[in-house]
Amino acid sequence: MIKRGYYDGFGGAFLPEILVATFNELDNVFAQAKKDPAFWEEYKEIMSDYSCRPTPLTFAENLTRHFGGPRIYVKREDLNHTGAHKANNVMGQGLLVKRMGKTRVIAETGAGQHGVATATMAAKFGFKCTIYMGEVDMLRQRPNVFWMERLGAEVIPVLDGTKILKDAINEAFRDWVKNMDTTHYVLGTACGPHPFPEMVSFFQSIIGKEARKQILEKEGRLPARVYACVGGGSNALGIFQGFLDDPVELVGVEAGGLGLNSGRHASRLASKDASIGIAQGYKTYFLQNNDGQMRETHSVAAGLDYVGVSPILAKLKENGRVRFESATDKEVIDALSMAMKKEGLIPALESAHAFAQAFKEAPQLSKKDIIIINQSGRGDKDIFTIADAFNDPSWREFIKGKAEEYNA
Amino acid sequence: MLESYLLKKLQEKKILLMTHIVLGYPNFEDSFRIIETMVNAGVDLMELQIPFSEPVADGPVILHANQKSLAAGARVERCLDMAEKVAESFDIPFLFMSYYNILFKYGVDKFTKKMSDIGIYGAIVPDLPPEEGDAYLKAMTKNNLAPIFIFSPTTPDERLKYLASFGDGFIYCVARKGVTGKNTSFSKDLNSYLAKCRKATKLPLALGFGVKEKKDIDFLKGKVDIAVIGSETIRLVDNQGVGVVGDFIKSLKI
Repeated sequence: MIKRGYYDGFGGAFLPEILVATFNELDNVFAQAKKDPAFWEEYKEIMSDYSCRPTPLTFAENLTRHFGGPRIYVKREDLNHTGAHKANNVMGQGLLVKRMGKTRVIAETGAGQHGVATATMAAKFGFKCTIYMGEVDMLRQRPNVFWMERLGAEVIPVLDGTKILKDAINEAFRDWVKNMDTTHYVLGTACGPHPFPEMVSFFQSIIGKEARKQILEKEGRLPARVYACVGGGSNALGIFQGFLDDPVELVGVEAGGLGLNSGRHASRLASKDASIGIAQGYKTYFLQNNDGQMRETHSVAAGLDYVGVSPILAKLKENGRVRFESATDKEVIDALSMAMKKEGLIPALESAHAFAQAFKEAPQLSKKDIIIINQSGRGDKDIFTIADAFNDPSWREFIKGKAEEYNA
Repeated sequence: MLESYLLKKLQEKKILLMTHIVLGYPNFEDSFRIIETMVNAGVDLMELQIPFSEPVADGPVILHANQKSLAAGARVERCLDMAEKVAESFDIPFLFMSYYNILFKYGVDKFTKKMSDIGIYGAIVPDLPPEEGDAYLKAMTKNNLAPIFIFSPTTPDERLKYLASFGDGFIYCVARKGVTGKNTSFSKDLNSYLAKCRKATKLPLALGFGVKEKKDIDFLKGKVDIAVIGSETIRLVDNQGVGVVGDFIKSLKI
């Protein structure tokens, strides 16, 4: 029997029989595209033309001076079209959808960035589009719901389970098992059954390829450490792949929520609370109870509160190649505030986890060192959550006024 | 063991009836009463679903039953105790239906040993294709249990045979694309699919997904060996209570 998509025992393809043929087709189309140098050129071209690639690697001069330690660089995935690294994966899968001749795409979304990116791709390529989003996330990320709908996508609230990202993934699968003839499921992260982890990592590897080239151009040497936040793991794998064979320490930062001891977090690899299991079609570390039932997770960042994690990252955790840490909601808000005040950067709450960990470690590094932080997305989408976190009085007045206007 | 029971039963009846319940839904006491009612009304075999938090192959009716059972505190150990009591009390074969994580977390060897000890005949694990099933298949064989594999309308002919080579007891044919509990059109299209299934295996065939009334079962007579009713009885319990289940099963006149 052929076992595909394993990374030192993690991954696999635990599929219901009805989807096996669909996955075989996807696997074949992707394998051909991956072998074909012209496909990568086509992909790079579209990312440059439509999404501002290569994204800059910005030197954070003020933060560097503030910490008095390493030279701090920020990889600007926030400058992609739609404001996050999600565009990389979505446009790549869009090209595969064209090759397969399908006419409709569906996607899950947590923070809404993947949903918005999928909706733009669908608009550009002329696909019908349905996005599944947990009800809790819809309330947290209302601006993104607005944009998805304006872009022509149908957004379906998911009221089952914990009403967040994992539940949206289940609903997307339930749609797919019915409509696979016309529909491709654009999974947003490097999780799920094979070939998704490999495919999503492949498209996101553009981040690391660029970052490595850029730092060598600017500094003539490699960074000491690279920091990325980890939800499903796609932005982290994207940037890490550029440095896997180099003497560079890779640091993945998970959602510490209210603290690892509180039980209210989403740290699968940095805490001891997760165990190996099989769900949503693949084997990895899950936050689950002893029976194998998935637990509730918590993070201030809707894009990081997923119960599982990429099987490729699970492997890199086990073999020690990537170090995993966590940042609490409070540390994240403080880091976000500092990035804004010192550099005028507005990282998404997800990305601010990577900033928070880098800030914790910067004072211990020497002035000769370089670090890179992956700013996977921009924070504009989080305006309601961030305004609440800062308890911003004038924003509150504005919202009250707006509500009265609508009531009038 | 399961197959020989089915073949013997099939000498008495043209088609057999398998029903499905979610353990612990609406609660464990009612689960037992529903099973008792079903057995008394003439059901030939039953699937006992151990609830899972991520039942991706199930539609809204069974999904909600899973969630409510878990929310009321259903644990795997309690489900196993219940299954033991059920298998002791009633003289028909019972199968487990659950997702692979439940078996994996319990320990596949330990789980299958337990199944054998408490008198469960086999298991349906919809997210475990044979490619991923080495450990499971070995443990099932060792304990003389039937691993039930699934045919679907999207499965190519070659693969039907491949799947059948791992199956035991019977093969579960999914009637259509989609999840459990939605409507199925019982029409000619189904005939050619079922003929393909029949050609691929000598094992008895069951058909499920969307079977909900007598005329569906009449349509299936002579085409498959077992009709499977899943969501419909849960829907009945939701809407009209446990009391109506017996009359419903009798109305199917198997």
